[in-house]
Amino acid sequence: MAFISSGYNPGKPMENRITDIGPRHFEEFYPPVIKNNKGKWLYHEILEPGVLVHVSETGDEVYTVRVGGCRLMSVSHIREICEIADKHCDGYLRFTTRNNIEFMVDSKDKVKPLVDDLMSRKQAGGCYKFPVGGTGAGITNIVHTQGWIHCHTPATDGSGTVKATLDVMFDDFRNMRLPAQVRISMACCLNMCGAVHCSDIAILGYHRKPPMLDHEYMDKMCEIPLAVAACPTAAIKPSKVKLADGSEVKSVEVRNERCMFCGNCYTMCPSMPLADDVGDGIVLMAGGKVSNRISAPKFSKVVVGFIPNEMPRWPTMTDTIKRIVEAYAAGARKYERVGDWAERIGWERFFEKCEIDFTHHLIDDFRDPAYFTWRQTTNFKF
Amino acid sequence: MAKHETPLLDQLETGQWPSFVTDIKREAESRAKNERNIEYQIPADVCEDLLGVLELSFKHGRTHWKHGGIVGVFGYGGGVIGRYCDQPEQFPGVAHFHTMRVSQPAGKFYTTKYLESICDLWERRGSGITNMHGSTGDIIFLGTTTPQLEEVFYELSHNLNQDLGGSGSNLRTPSDCVGQARCEFACFDTQALCHDLTNEYQDELHRPAFPYKFKFKFDGCPNCCVASIARSDLSFIGLWRDEIRIDQEAVKAYVGGEIPPNGGAHAGRDWGAFDIQKEVIGLCPTECMRYENGKLEINNKECNHCMHCINAMPRALRVGEDRGCAMLAGAKAPILDGAQMGTLIVPFIKVEPPYTEIKETVIEPIWDWWMEEGKNRERLGELMKRQGLQRLLEVTGFAPDARMVQEPRTNPYIFWKEDEVDGGWERDINEFRKHHQR
Repeated sequence: MAFISSGYNPGKPMENRITDIGPRHFEEFYPPVIKNNKGKWLYHEILEPGVLVHVSETGDEVYTVRVGGCRLMSVSHIREICEIADKHCDGYLRFTTRNNIEFMVDSKDKVKPLVDDLMSRKQAGGCYKFPVGGTGAGITNIVHTQGWIHCHTPATDGSGTVKATLDVMFDDFRNMRLPAQVRISMACCLNMCGAVHCSDIAILGYHRKPPMLDHEYMDKMCEIPLAVAACPTAAIKPSKVKLADGSEVKSVEVRNERCMFCGNCYTMCPSMPLADDVGDGIVLMAGGKVSNRISAPKFSKVVVGFIPNEMPRWPTMTDTIKRIVEAYAAGARKYERVGDWAERIGWERFFEKCEIDFTHHLIDDFRDPAYFTWRQTTNFKF
Repeated sequence: MAKHETPLLDQLETGQWPSFVTDIKREAESRAKNERNIEYQIPADVCEDLLGVLELSFKHGRTHWKHGGIVGVFGYGGGVIGRYCDQPEQFPGVAHFHTMRVSQPAGKFYTTKYLESICDLWERRGSGITNMHGSTGDIIFLGTTTPQLEEVFYELSHNLNQDLGGSGSNLRTPSDCVGQARCEFACFDTQALCHDLTNEYQDELHRPAFPYKFKFKFDGCPNCCVASIARSDLSFIGLWRDEIRIDQEAVKAYVGGEIPPNGGAHAGRDWGAFDIQKEVIGLCPTECMRYENGKLEINNKECNHCMHCINAMPRALRVGEDRGCAMLAGAKAPILDGAQMGTLIVPFIKVEPPYTEIKETVIEPIWDWWMEEGKNRERLGELMKRQGLQRLLEVTGFAPDARMVQEPRTNPYIFWKEDEVDGGWERDINEFRKHHQR
């Protein structure tokens, strides 16, 4: 392959340089029905799972067809999305915060051909390319992080755990039978670059073994003070180590009992890897939300301390998620989110209903706020 | 014949949800065929090697990426994340596999023309694999080599009028909900504010000068569809201060079962007839509503803007007309000291271009304080915790307000300042001793 220059001159990097222009202006991308009715919308209705209508005070209507998307997406797939948008939507579309694709049309008669077209497109293995759904009291797309496809500190995969979960929960993506929406989110390590800490159900990758120390290379490959400073719990200190050949090298020492398995040291220093086939796995959290509706936003709570990585479909994890969703569907009142339901019936009852063992790992012991999560009343249930 | 056997990944090609494995294979095949005679600037078999290394991770239960070195484009300290494979001999196509973050348009609306131009660029100069979109909101270009970084940036900026997003200790690419573009609940123009602040603070976005990352997110109403309250250092949430607008005829239509409640969101199960007492009046957290003699009344002074009644009866109830936003500061994911939700620091502010009050009385004083006092890798919320909400209020000059706390303090250990106490703290011990023996 021949190198083709864009016009960039490495000898004069500042020549004709354009910087700080920011993103494209959003108004370039509004479909006409959006541009004409912005700020004038009166109300909306979900006509069927995945299909919404918004009605404007001008009398205009916009019909939105929501489609689940893998956030990991090839340009061939994007081109197919564009082909659909050109065919049905005059060349416009949008994406949602939760990685769904939204196709918009300006009249009702355009909806069915669009939905039929989307649902008719399948991948070679039989999966839908563009499943319509993800609205209302159901399960919408799972937001997630990179995992093994691209990250250096994951404790599990992102796309794989999400595919496995959404295959199991697919009917609830296509339906709206739950008491309220259930937001599932996935982050592949505790740094949570996808903030999953306020989700109805959170899938979290977790390491359980402290970093290994590549003493021979530590001082050659790392700035030791940076590795020491990277540790959020001050578990790392500089040390001198005698190697097998008798030579002494500068390295670090880790107080393993203080390690919280975040991998920040590995980010600073490649001589401290911590990934492990049996050490790593999944933490499940539940009961969080971000909406202010009825009750205040709340954090998700750890409900399963550890589930092993079971590639390629993580069956223990997906079974547990399914159990939580089914117990919630059976027990919660209309409009009640998972966390509101758990608080109403009591967390002791939540574990019973979901058939999840309560273990000591679920009792908070991390710093001061832990005390306030312990039961300080006789109001509990047998 | 695939370059690498992928028996584990192949099992993710069945089921109903779209398979990312099938999609990557499709891209691999497209590159192998190269029907459009593209002069690929990175290895043509990059997608096959990507599948190969991912299969190895599925087999080993461990990642095969290492964090390696600082790469970027000249003059920017963010927007590019360096990534190298730890098995480059086996998977040479992904030996370098750097990420580029591309600043997404507010609201994430697109024309196909724009998306196709992005695809053309990334197919030629990168792996052809993207994230639409990353967690923060950017378009993510996943995987290219070091020599291509400047070339991609040059083409983005010169041909597509498009800049990179943020990474590292800087302002991360701001993001917003669909807002007034297609939502009747939005109390301000999230796209306009998001775009304006993104452009106003390009220097902060591209050149890391902060103690750590800083995120703005914009939610048009308290439903918080972009989760600003949980994951942005400065969260803008649309609010109204006056009265919820009521269409009494539409209320009656809900009561009469003519309009499905909650915008039809519960249509998948028979929940019985809509019961306004139970489902709306009874669930109102402030008990500020009543429905009598076919008329809905709201005591708006007691409403806490939870959105439930409006969500439940969107054709009957609308947000008020005196609109603006609340601002909350300090949200973050758990690392390190536990997760933090955003704390209310401005109960209400008007959102009107050019947004001078928001910039000059809130954002910039907070940044000045955080850059002065924040420790390395200390998020704003952690500085607030360390120095106190009072300190932040001194910085912004907003008056302390009972709305800003869940409850007043339960300990009386007030750190009185000397100027708050009559006569100050300097006293004469000898004068005291005239009246009090040793």
